[in-house]
Amino acid sequence: MKFTLSWLKEHLDTDAPLDKILDTLTVIGLEVEEVKNPAETLKDFIIAEVVSAEKHPDADKLKLCQVNTGKETLQVVCGAPNAREGIKVVFAPIGTYVPGIDFTLTKAKIRGVESNGMMCSERELELSDEHEGIIELDTKAKPGTSFVEDQDLNDPMIEIAITPNRPDCLGVRGIARDLAAAGLGKLKDDFTEAPKGDYPNPVKIALKFDKDNKHICPVFAGRYIKDVKNCESPDWMQQRLRAIGLRPINALVDVTNYISYDRGRPLHVYDADTLSGTLHARLGKQGENFEALDNEDYDVDETMCVIADEDSVLGLGGVIGGVSSSCTMETTNVLIESAWFDPISIAMAGRKTGINSDARFRFERGVDPQSVELGVDLATQFILEICGGEPSKKTIAGEVPADRDPIVFKTSEIKRLTGVSMKDKDIKKTLEKLGFKVDGKGEKVKVSIPSWRPDASQSADLVEEIIRIYGVDNVPITPLPKIDGIAKPTLTPLQKRARHTRRLLAGRGLTEAITWSFIPRELASMFGGGQDELELSNPISEEMSSMRPTLLPGLLTAAQRNANRGFSDTALFEMGQAYRGDQPEDQYLGAAGVRTGSAKLGGAGRHWDGSAPTVDLFDAKADALAILEALGQDPNKVQITRKVPDWFHPGRAGAIQLGPKIQLGVFGELHPSIVKELGLSGSVVAFEIYLDSLPTPKKKTTSKSALESTDFQTVKRDFAFILDSDTAAGDVVRAALGAEKKLITDVSVFDIYQGKGVEDGKKSLAIEVTLSPKDKTLTEKEIEAVAGKVIAQVKKATGGEIRS
Amino acid sequence: MSTVAETQDTDLEALESELLDAVKSASDLTTLEEVRVSALGKKGKISQLMKGLGKMDPEQRKTFGQAVNVVKQRVTEELNTRKDTLGNQALAARLAEEQEDITLPVRSGPLLEGRIHPISQVMEEISEIFADLGFSVAEGPDIENDFHNFTALNIPPEHPARQEHDTFYFNQKEGEESRYVLRTHTSPVQIRTMLSEEPPIRIIAPGRVYRSDSDQTHTPMFHQVEGLVIDKETHIGHLRWVLEEFCKAFFEVDNVKMRFRASHFPFTEPSMEADIGYAKVGDEIKIGEGDKWLEILGCGMVHPNVLRNVNLDPDVYQGFAFGVGIDRIAMLKYGMPDLRPFFGADIRWLKHYGFLPFDVPTIAGGLSS
Repeated sequence: MKFTLSWLKEHLDTDAPLDKILDTLTVIGLEVEEVKNPAETLKDFIIAEVVSAEKHPDADKLKLCQVNTGKETLQVVCGAPNAREGIKVVFAPIGTYVPGIDFTLTKAKIRGVESNGMMCSERELELSDEHEGIIELDTKAKPGTSFVEDQDLNDPMIEIAITPNRPDCLGVRGIARDLAAAGLGKLKDDFTEAPKGDYPNPVKIALKFDKDNKHICPVFAGRYIKDVKNCESPDWMQQRLRAIGLRPINALVDVTNYISYDRGRPLHVYDADTLSGTLHARLGKQGENFEALDNEDYDVDETMCVIADEDSVLGLGGVIGGVSSSCTMETTNVLIESAWFDPISIAMAGRKTGINSDARFRFERGVDPQSVELGVDLATQFILEICGGEPSKKTIAGEVPADRDPIVFKTSEIKRLTGVSMKDKDIKKTLEKLGFKVDGKGEKVKVSIPSWRPDASQSADLVEEIIRIYGVDNVPITPLPKIDGIAKPTLTPLQKRARHTRRLLAGRGLTEAITWSFIPRELASMFGGGQDELELSNPISEEMSSMRPTLLPGLLTAAQRNANRGFSDTALFEMGQAYRGDQPEDQYLGAAGVRTGSAKLGGAGRHWDGSAPTVDLFDAKADALAILEALGQDPNKVQITRKVPDWFHPGRAGAIQLGPKIQLGVFGELHPSIVKELGLSGSVVAFEIYLDSLPTPKKKTTSKSALESTDFQTVKRDFAFILDSDTAAGDVVRAALGAEKKLITDVSVFDIYQGKGVEDGKKSLAIEVTLSPKDKTLTEKEIEAVAGKVIAQVKKATGGEIRS
Repeated sequence: MSTVAETQDTDLEALESELLDAVKSASDLTTLEEVRVSALGKKGKISQLMKGLGKMDPEQRKTFGQAVNVVKQRVTEELNTRKDTLGNQALAARLAEEQEDITLPVRSGPLLEGRIHPISQVMEEISEIFADLGFSVAEGPDIENDFHNFTALNIPPEHPARQEHDTFYFNQKEGEESRYVLRTHTSPVQIRTMLSEEPPIRIIAPGRVYRSDSDQTHTPMFHQVEGLVIDKETHIGHLRWVLEEFCKAFFEVDNVKMRFRASHFPFTEPSMEADIGYAKVGDEIKIGEGDKWLEILGCGMVHPNVLRNVNLDPDVYQGFAFGVGIDRIAMLKYGMPDLRPFFGADIRWLKHYGFLPFDVPTIAGGLSS
């Protein structure tokens, strides 16, 4: 919402300085976004007279002008078609900053001829978008005087942001009312003398709605004015409209635009001679269309409220008027429309047609229903003043929506919700300055809501009114009582696990990335996603259309981008939600990582002390199991299976299961075709742990189990087995561990060999078994006995023979 | 003619000087060991003499024995001395050989390689601050239904505020009344919490939010932290205190200047926006100084309609809610000039602006290090 200071003062009697007005606006909820004073930006521009204008010797479209600036006559090259002898112009001397072209003028040679300044168009002065030619001032203007003074431009333009609850401040008067309530002067009296007509309105107006949609346009008022003489609107009005970025058109149209901004009351004027028969407000029909004032054709439908005569649709009610019935300089008989439209219907029609008009903006937020007649009267008065003519009587079809019931207001609510104690008389004063009426005294009062405040309906709304005028910054600061004792933990177990996981992974040399939750559908489909229910209906782009089914695609494409920048040994991880479906329980918390090139745990790249080999599936497995171990899940108690999704290498990846039903995660080398598809190269391994699938430890005690240590010598024995080459090492380890559970505390695999000495289809696998006796040192015989059991168990489990 | 004893004495002297010469001239430990064996070994010359003593008469044994012992002692001493010398020489020679290029670079290990994303770090900082005030961390899904994201928050269909939210929608599903959305704010967590917990409630809800907006200063995905207090007496005075204390703790300054402006959100009434005062010194933004204002959050008293929507009686229960843009305050605190690289996963950016894994924000240790 834009207005100027002088416009504000039409409604507000105040001597407050501009700064104070701006600060107050912002603090009471009318946030100032921009202030621009042409008197400052245009202070160096002066009025000059074109003494002569001749053709430039070397350019057809340029003119060589002699310009009298009041002090001297300068040579200026000008390209404007209207530059000619005798006109008065706005002149920028050398050194002037010209805002519309963002340039400070210097002496220049244009096509070989010296030019000492510039004659300006409205666009160059940022007065409007007009750039057809240079500004022609009144011939009486005196060369040498300041343009700002001559045009009385010392009027700051103020732009404020209006929140959707305040349609009343889409008119200058509403803003003035708020400022007056905030103590910045007095709201001036409104005009009271409504012009009366003395003959009946010859244009019939009717509302044609059935019971169910009567609310769409409950009231439509009009007045006919005959024998007007349309003209340009007066300077003061043109100046204000220009200052807020509107282009003056003609007096009849300018008057409606002015009232729209002055009162937040949109109006429309019709050239009455173009109308045939009764003017209707009704729903549109399929197949109807009209040419709107923006010179576009629009189709209407049965959800939209149109204004139509007997022949055709003239415009979209409350949104935009049509070309066929618009007022031109030739208009002599005019019909003024002032109606009220339902905000929801207007919002829908606006969205369907995509029209953003000042009228739509106001009606969809809620125009004061009581301003219907006021609008007609104000417009009548302006038109009579500017264009003359004879007004008819007002016609009103339908009825203004009824006032809402008063709010029963417990004034103690103010103290309860804000902590501020306030006197009844101050409460009453604030509310009444804002247009509310307070009836009664004591604890509960009745507060009537002004018709221009559709947002106010209950006590809390009145508390807001009072506190925003009082100033939130004046509310005494009150410490929030601390909860007794030392602060208790505030994280859930899962949140704590997430924190541990994040720091663990960073501690393993992976760097945390945050990638988009939405990815291209094609990519999502490659990773098991891309379902319709996870597809955005209005994505920013196709690249961001599908909710990610796992965290991996985002990380892999991130690795690819880094590789393209020359960083091909990267270790990245991400933690966050991924989506198996659109229900809350389908959205899981994952912790995933990707290692590429030689980004090993110990460091990447070439090094004099041994270069890092390329990453393999076991790097990913180590990361995955480290998470489990850090979160209290014994890695020896999970099962590693080959149930891996198909974006992994089928032979070089594993799934981590906790029993057949719970999958805790996956790890491994990416499928070569995925690697290729994503534009990656070399080794790419990844893992993902589904954090919310991990069972939460049940133990509540802080006490740890007793340390089991032994003073008796631990014994290590090596065994090598000849096994079928596809035998899982894990089976051998598990069999060995189970051979003598009380004694065997660890089994490690220290060698795997295939080749000479081992027959084809077999492999040799060597393990080291640790025996930790608890009550006595083992004798050689006892050790042999255990060794026998290990050999037997491994054979039983895998068919493997001890290597001789 | 000399006596036997004399002869023996002369021989002994010769032996002594022979052995001592040998010791002296031994140039390495191996040769020295050979000398020791030739003198003191089982068959060594001195050992032989000692063995011969048994055959002598007592008188002769005593005098000659003493003489041999003296020689043995001298030779042993000399051997030990020489051994030390040669040992030291050998060590010195070895050390002279063992010269490494100590300027060769080393690997720093994984703990200094990895980084925590600034958003995660800042979320932990925020959780720490609010933990001290007894605020638990609550969460909710990114894909929300219309009820939690809008209707329950007093944003009915066709409310103009819905347009302001630039909502991402999913396609309408059969049998569903309304479309699912990507949550446009963290406020739906308020609703979920109030529906599942009894007051008093103190929560914060950090997380990802989504708006269909993309330019220099907006990304379609960003982060917010929601705060909610519901009980029977919390009012705007408390809200001001909590937010000012939060800003002081978060920006790690002793004083902040805040300005509360009346505003409008459908889910709070009264509603406010808060600006924080700052100064710009060069490229650096100093919070708590200067006279410029920067909007950092929206807040207000929970709207009575919202309380009704979660079955709380607005005449009994009350409280405040606020929402802060995490990305924006992270940029302010740590000086990132642009928002977009937060989600670009450029390893150079992540390493530069990220945090080390052991850099855990705590109240005791200070939030940043």
